[in-house]
Amino acid sequence: MELIFIAIAILGSIGLVSAVVLFVASKKFAVFEDERIGRVAEVLPQANCGGCGYPGCSAFAEACVKASNNGSLGGNRCPVGGQDVMDQVSNILGLATVKSVPQVAVVRCNGTCENRPRLLEFDGIRSCRVQHMTGMGETGCTYGCLGCGDCENACQFDAIHVNPVTGIAEVDEDKCTACGACSKACPRKIIEIRPKGPKGRRMLVLCNNKDKGAVANKYCKASCIGCGKCVKVCEFDAILLNNNLAYIQADKCRLCRKCEEVCPKQAIHSINFPPRKPKTALEAVEA
Amino acid sequence: MKTFSKGGVHPAENKLSAASAIREAQLPKQAVFSLYQHIGAPAKPVVQKGDTVKVGTLLAEANGFVSAPVYSSVSGKVNKVDNILDASGLRRQAVIVDVEGDEWEPSIDRTPTLVRMEDRPDLDAKTIVEKITQAGIVGLGGATFPAHVKLMPPPGSKAEFVIINAVECEPYLTADHRLMLEHADEILVGVELIMKAVDVQKGYIGIENNKPDAIAMMTERAKHYQHIEIVPLHVKYPQGGEKQLIEAISGRKVAAPPAIPISVGAVVQNVGTAYAIYQAVMKNKPLVDRVITVTGKHLSNPSNLLARLGTPFRQLIDECGGLPEDTGKIIGGGPMMGKALLSLDVPMTKGSSGLLLMPQSESKRIEPEPCIRCAKCVSACPMGLEPYLLSKLGVQSDWDRAEHEDVLSCIECGSCQFTCPSHRPLLDGIRIAKVAVGGIVRSRQTK
Repeated sequence: MELIFIAIAILGSIGLVSAVVLFVASKKFAVFEDERIGRVAEVLPQANCGGCGYPGCSAFAEACVKASNNGSLGGNRCPVGGQDVMDQVSNILGLATVKSVPQVAVVRCNGTCENRPRLLEFDGIRSCRVQHMTGMGETGCTYGCLGCGDCENACQFDAIHVNPVTGIAEVDEDKCTACGACSKACPRKIIEIRPKGPKGRRMLVLCNNKDKGAVANKYCKASCIGCGKCVKVCEFDAILLNNNLAYIQADKCRLCRKCEEVCPKQAIHSINFPPRKPKTALEAVEA
Repeated sequence: MKTFSKGGVHPAENKLSAASAIREAQLPKQAVFSLYQHIGAPAKPVVQKGDTVKVGTLLAEANGFVSAPVYSSVSGKVNKVDNILDASGLRRQAVIVDVEGDEWEPSIDRTPTLVRMEDRPDLDAKTIVEKITQAGIVGLGGATFPAHVKLMPPPGSKAEFVIINAVECEPYLTADHRLMLEHADEILVGVELIMKAVDVQKGYIGIENNKPDAIAMMTERAKHYQHIEIVPLHVKYPQGGEKQLIEAISGRKVAAPPAIPISVGAVVQNVGTAYAIYQAVMKNKPLVDRVITVTGKHLSNPSNLLARLGTPFRQLIDECGGLPEDTGKIIGGGPMMGKALLSLDVPMTKGSSGLLLMPQSESKRIEPEPCIRCAKCVSACPMGLEPYLLSKLGVQSDWDRAEHEDVLSCIECGSCQFTCPSHRPLLDGIRIAKVAVGGIVRSRQTK
């Protein structure tokens, strides 16, 4: 009987001392965490893709809450969640909603097997990064898509795949969240994150070749040769020509599609437009 | 006999052209001078379209301390300064010269008479290094590191001895071997010049004992040079690696990067570089030609050619019997560390030590099989690394761990891949990691 009392007394006193220590520690070493961080993190997609520029969703939530103390989200944006999620985040933090432009990844290369013949054979490991180290890779173009699928491996949303027929990576617009992982994985930097455009319509130069026209033309039928015809025809100064390569600025382009018509190499493509109306009989005769 | 301690492999030697004397290659019709012939900043062109140049005329000047000038190796007119495909597989800037005749700059001494150190008492260390810098000499073993940089030790470090790398451990290559047999005296004067430039009293020439005639020849001629010692070495690849050679000869070990050979007191130069240094200092001749081995099992006439820089590889192959029908791969350099060429119109550069034609039957890689953890690559690695692990980390993009496992120490000798019974492309993965980790380390330093 006595033993039981001794045991209770010892265990009880240990418990008491521990309780006091824990109480003091919890007060002294308390870390303040804004409860809003948890609430913001809850509405995020939890993909932890890093597309926002932070190491994961909880880090992004923390950054949003921190920025909200200054009265705005400070440019923080979750590309995966898109407008819906950002609206919810704004609500939680009591901020006005900001309209963001939906974006999508685009592969700026149209060097399909047909347009850009394979001249050499690489038999090392199938990785764009390794092939890029050999210089031009299997084709004569030192800028185009290598087609080994580093972007495919980097994508968490199953949104980009190398087409086995063309040998070029293709983006599934419905699945793409514009997180930018593919763009970072591409050793040739041909994947760009661009605004989707009204109704998903946009104009693109599907080429990234900065060689002189003659060289670019020799190795790829679909390459931009830097002739500048598109720059001249554009009424809105939307096209830049640097290093023998045309680039359409998304914010200035008014989707008139004139550049597509004049491009002698069909390097400019209009995406998601309805098919062109057939020319009238009179115009056809004139042409 | 000496050798290095860790790892190493014994690939088949295949020195097909060892008995063929160096002969002069024909002049090309058009010579192409890449401005990226060395490690460091590319040279800056100083000529324009239409300029007349002679052999030895400056085409492009050095652009910084770690850089080297480029001289014309032919006489004629500058056709254009344009981007061309070079051996790296990239289109980069080069000077293209249309060849007319063969006129040399009058300042170059073309007589074969040997100029000894005694004949030039006026030479001091500063003049020698200056001449080498101006002549555009780079490491001719293949790494193309500007030679003058190694001869100017950073403050606080002092050279104790000079090592001349005459190992030529790459299979097939025989350029250095022939050079030693035919120009032993010039090389020895070159070694003396290097020793004087860094102010040391001891020079070693390391030669593997698969070249007994070269060892005999050099030992015989070196009798007159009391400070130069010929060191015969056991045959083991990659003995020509700078760190392996230092260990084999002096027993000293260079630590992991950023340590460099001078931190153990060693200055290492290739035997071809020593010859070029002799020509630059004593004969006033900038680096305009070099010996290149053109070889291959199916090539009708494997040879050692003294060719002008800028000659297209296609022409060199034609001179050795033409391109065999069943060629599957053409490698610039040796079979272990060389790089497959993407086109035959690529011009010869300062670093072109060999041109190897592989028949189709040998050129394809064997289908890799799973790693069986036999650790053969670990025992073969001359740097004491774990290649199977580094390769995996490279493929998985685990840069932190790769850095921790010393991926930057890898010398890319390829011993791991050579010895792998599963034929795994280990070096591909390691190179990914090396490039990525190297970038991270550099960005950390600049911060």
